[in-house]
Amino acid sequence: MTVEPILVMQGIRKSFPGVAALKNVQLRLFPGEVHALMGQNGAGKSTLIKVLTGVETPDGGEIRLKGELIQPTCVGEAQAIGISTVYQEINLCPNLSVAENIFIGRFPIRGPAIDWKTIERESQTALAALNIHIDVTLPLASFPVAIQQMVAIARALSTAAQVLILDEPTSSLDEDEVERLFQALRQLKQKGMAILFVTHFLDQTYAISDRITVLRNGEFVGEYAASALSRLDLINTMVGREIDEASYAAETAAQTGSVAADPYVSACGLGSTGTMRPIDLDIYQGQVLGLGGLLGSGRTETARMLFGIDHTDSGTIRVGGEAVKLNSPRKAVQHGIAFCPEDRKTEGIIAELSIRENIILALQARRGIFRYLPKRLQRTIADEYIQQLGIRTPDAEKPIGQLSGGNQQKALLARWLATDPKMLILDEPTRGIDIAAKLEIMELVKAQCRKGLAILFISSEMSEVLRVSDRIAVLRDRQKIGEIAGKDADEQSVFRMIAGAES
Amino acid sequence: MNRLPAPFLAGLRHRLFWPCVTLALLCLVNFYFNRGFFDIEIKNGALYGSVIDILNRAAPLMLVAMGMTLVIATRGIDISVGATVAISGAVVASMIGGSLVIQNGVQSYVSNVPMPLAILGALAVALLCGLWNGLLVAGAGMQPIIATLILMVAGRGIAQLITAGQIVTVYYEPFFFIGNGFLLGIPVSLYIVAVVLIALLLLIHRTALGLFIQAVGINPVAARFSGISARALVFWVYAFCAVTAGIAAMIITSNVKSADGNNAGLLLELDAILAVTLGGTSLAGGRFSIVGSLIGALIIQTLTYAIYSLGVPPEINMVVKALVVFAVCLIQSDALRAMLARHVLRTGEAA
Repeated sequence: MTVEPILVMQGIRKSFPGVAALKNVQLRLFPGEVHALMGQNGAGKSTLIKVLTGVETPDGGEIRLKGELIQPTCVGEAQAIGISTVYQEINLCPNLSVAENIFIGRFPIRGPAIDWKTIERESQTALAALNIHIDVTLPLASFPVAIQQMVAIARALSTAAQVLILDEPTSSLDEDEVERLFQALRQLKQKGMAILFVTHFLDQTYAISDRITVLRNGEFVGEYAASALSRLDLINTMVGREIDEASYAAETAAQTGSVAADPYVSACGLGSTGTMRPIDLDIYQGQVLGLGGLLGSGRTETARMLFGIDHTDSGTIRVGGEAVKLNSPRKAVQHGIAFCPEDRKTEGIIAELSIRENIILALQARRGIFRYLPKRLQRTIADEYIQQLGIRTPDAEKPIGQLSGGNQQKALLARWLATDPKMLILDEPTRGIDIAAKLEIMELVKAQCRKGLAILFISSEMSEVLRVSDRIAVLRDRQKIGEIAGKDADEQSVFRMIAGAES
Repeated sequence: MNRLPAPFLAGLRHRLFWPCVTLALLCLVNFYFNRGFFDIEIKNGALYGSVIDILNRAAPLMLVAMGMTLVIATRGIDISVGATVAISGAVVASMIGGSLVIQNGVQSYVSNVPMPLAILGALAVALLCGLWNGLLVAGAGMQPIIATLILMVAGRGIAQLITAGQIVTVYYEPFFFIGNGFLLGIPVSLYIVAVVLIALLLLIHRTALGLFIQAVGINPVAARFSGISARALVFWVYAFCAVTAGIAAMIITSNVKSADGNNAGLLLELDAILAVTLGGTSLAGGRFSIVGSLIGALIIQTLTYAIYSLGVPPEINMVVKALVVFAVCLIQSDALRAMLARHVLRTGEAA
């Protein structure tokens, strides 16, 4: 079969001050194929996409669409020639209606007015194609993140694209929704669309892609047929060194530190009317308690109650055996509890502040305004954690917003480790992070746990929860339905538990 | 471009570069039309001259701009500072009042209430105004512009109530020292500005206040999740801002020797916001510069001075002021400068 590629990128180079982000990278997209772009954080995936969609101008190389040289200079231009993109972070307006979001910037006009009827009808059709049936006149913010993501995809599809780029579209979707998205992608494939799919999930890569291009450190490593590249080979090409996932899992699961006799944090009947039904949790020092459950089962809500963010109206919390009232994050921090939130960008980092300031922030907050850490000490602390956690940055004074996702997450971890916490709540600590950084972060978590930290671990990847947890509390529909010891659990047993609760 | 020395480029990029350039340009304009602009002479042991005059007259604005900077850095705004000035001024003027008493041939000034007590009382009332604003913004979660609008509207009425609708004149000589006096040749008001400035800079750089304010301004949720009591911080920032307005009120009232509930501190809030913006602090919150806001206040005062000394007809001087502010804001716009730089580069290459 000699199908001509619809889009060819060749010899693409792009440098930012101090770093060469792309060095002679190539990429070919074929009509009717899903092409996975793989690589660790900082491999250059995002930059390559930005070059393709006109957000960044390449320093060298050429892009050909159907044989013709193109040089998009802005997203609108790329869209006009048939390259549509759905970005990792949802780029929509939460206060506008779903229909407005889908048609924003290109409202059809009838006479002197915007043709709302057409907009609503076509929005409904576009979403129906993705098997989503919602009231498109409601504001976007009234829907869960997953639906918002589908709206973003519907928006990209409705622009009559030839090439669709999906930059980590699934990081906030649960399995059902991913499957729905994949169905839609398969339909598009059949219509001959070329799809570029960026993800960190190996399962998804293999479930949908036909072809895989791997980047490493801004360089092109190779293009492979998905069927001809085993998972292990894929990981090894991405990482550039041998990681045996299976043995890694065995190793970490076998290690259990010395577990304290009494729980550090013990929640009893903790609940909040309308948000979370009363829940009992015991979290021990030296142990990882995983929260298992599907999207919307109450994982994040549980974490927020324990950190004093959300109001609780029933139950008690004991910290170190003492009954306490955690009604603000500040209180929780004073009791040695730390929290890495799910949404790194809006709840974690302070983007324009330096890495140093971000790292010492929680420690300084606990010390109060007047016991100011001298700059020199701040620098020592920051440098120590940058080295210890392997945060890749030229120096600690760089704004944290300029780091890659994985490094931001490590800096947030550093922020809490600097406060010497007794318990750490990690809500999706590996979301949007590449495999190597994921493994690194999990290893850091494990190491802290062995040192006697109590950890509450939340992840939508069940395999990850199973890998690190000593015990797993299973949640369903905003209540706890049971607890399993980590060594007895596998995905099947957890899913059976979730399914069994229905009967 | 590449041949420019590195320190020069770093200077270009410094956040205070453009505010300083603007101020220097305005001074040069003044100098062009009035060669005596930079002259300073000593009369009766006090410094006199245009520059001293500008500094002295800018003092209230500089004070309020400092408080406003912190409020704006937390993503807020306080449009009630003018009203707070009116209230504090009314309080201090009615508490002091004063009269000249001649007893046994000895003249002495007598105030209704001891002056220190009156000043403390007026500052306490200003603090109260700030606590009210802070309560609405941080406690009730109202939008800052609406929350402070309440006091802005009500404040002048309250001031009128205190002065019973009259302009209260102060007849108590020692009080005039604050707004008109000199100490070692330098206006007293400048000492007040200096004390507040130094205290504030110490607080910002020697405590975590600066870090926390920036954190709250950039990402309030993340700041709160880090254990910062964002609400308490915002609350006290409004309180501080009102106190700076109270201090400014002392200088203004002392300077004009009376309190006018209707006109004291009129439009001061807008000048203060403008000063903060001219000084390079973004209204979006986050990074801020106290020194920048002081320069901004000086820019406004120098501009006012220039308008008066150039003899612009008073009926159109607001238009001239607006035009200059417009130009200044354009100069300081990053987007416009980038556009100009591209244009210059292109014509440079073509040549």
